[in-house]
Amino acid sequence: MSRRRVVVTGLGATTPLGGDVPTTWANLLAGKSGVRLLEDEWAKEASVTFAARVAVEPSQVMERVEMRRLDRSEQFALIASREAWKDAGSPDVDKERLGVVIASGIGGVITMLDQYDILKTKGARMVSPHTVPMLMPNGPAANVGLELQAKAGVHTPVSACASGAEAAGYALEMIRNNRADIVLAGGVEAAIHPLPMAGFASMKALSTRNDDPTKASRPYDKDRDGFVLGEGGGVLVFEELEHAKARGARIYAEVMGQGLTSDGYHIAAPDPDGSGVTRAVKFALQDAGIPLSEIVHLNAHATSTPSGDVAEANALTNALGSDISHVAVSATKSMTGHLLGGAGAIESIFCVLAMYHHKAPPTINIENLDEAVKVDVVRDVPRDLPAGSIACLNDSFGFGGHNVVLVFRSYEA
Amino acid sequence: MALTVDVVLAGIKEIVVEVAGIDAGIIAMDKKFTDDLDVDSLSMVEVVVAAEEKFGVKIPDDEVTKMATVGDAVNFIVANGK
Repeated sequence: MSRRRVVVTGLGATTPLGGDVPTTWANLLAGKSGVRLLEDEWAKEASVTFAARVAVEPSQVMERVEMRRLDRSEQFALIASREAWKDAGSPDVDKERLGVVIASGIGGVITMLDQYDILKTKGARMVSPHTVPMLMPNGPAANVGLELQAKAGVHTPVSACASGAEAAGYALEMIRNNRADIVLAGGVEAAIHPLPMAGFASMKALSTRNDDPTKASRPYDKDRDGFVLGEGGGVLVFEELEHAKARGARIYAEVMGQGLTSDGYHIAAPDPDGSGVTRAVKFALQDAGIPLSEIVHLNAHATSTPSGDVAEANALTNALGSDISHVAVSATKSMTGHLLGGAGAIESIFCVLAMYHHKAPPTINIENLDEAVKVDVVRDVPRDLPAGSIACLNDSFGFGGHNVVLVFRSYEA
Repeated sequence: MALTVDVVLAGIKEIVVEVAGIDAGIIAMDKKFTDDLDVDSLSMVEVVVAAEEKFGVKIPDDEVTKMATVGDAVNFIVANGK
């Protein structure tokens, strides 16, 4: 029996560029920045005073009574899932064949810290009974699974900033292995809070460009000085090809494969020789089984840190050889900031839309391209991709040395 | 203010509206927290803690398990309040 094929039939997101996928995509192509100064009182005292908050607050689209039982990360997951499910045509599916894989890097950290404040100031009795379901990292996946009554399995891979991509890979395997016909795959993060921000700032991972926030996330630029923390999330509806065809679903793209490796090098720093990334790209291409000539686009992890961006670019060149010459590389974190566990998910959506529209989004804020970057970066304006069958890669890496590479391909009916 | 049935019922209504987000109009003495008002076991803990704060009364856990209806809660608070 030939392998079960998996396609994308629905998309949903809430990001710093928009409260849904169409708005996010339009602003991405327009090269807009979602980074802003934080208005929170605590931010005035912080060493980093900006971040990329979601463009549309959950309170604008969700009932208050529902919100109060959900961590912000869970709110993002439900908002994105509802859009994705509707976008897929609210498919009629056997619930035992429906799965959910939604990742988070940190989980309900805001709930945990807020409830700790209540514990310290008001006592244990006032700690909310919703605390644990709100802070558990599987809470976003669990709430979506509950809403859709998914019974094939609800999962939450955790691998820091690679989590969202790992969720997509897990979802792909669930369908390939015949555990499910439809799986909602995604990632979310809600960690704009003084403690995680102070932690990232202490490791010198964050940009400190407080005087010019919209220019702070600048992957591949000579003067990049760290990433910009973002929040939000994205969800994709993965569906078995024949299942999608039988119900006449719109097919955005095909999910071709994944490659997973680990560095075994350092808890936070990327391996400078990038061999873990090179191997992940090779495994992903092997899994996808497509000719290298078809790879025309790559959504890079490129977070705007001094060491990470170049290590990744070199690893890509090593993996693709001369075929790197026809790959248009986009670093969309220049606009969205870094959504940690949500990054791999929204960037998968960007890859899927790039395949669907044959258009690569731009990278903004490169004033002086770092000479060490040898790849072909799409700068400032979107670039048309070739007609016909095309494919792209989505890179995601996480603290801990996790490397995840996904392959998407345009779908020709 | 004396804890009459009317006073306590009005207070419980406010709490349930806040916790469960339902219309105050449907909250009455004979309504069941779980079946009629969408107050699950976790939310019931919230209702109890809020009621204790509001009326200055301690509601032991074994009493909470007996409180199926709004009336059960109101009557307990009226009988045990100051």
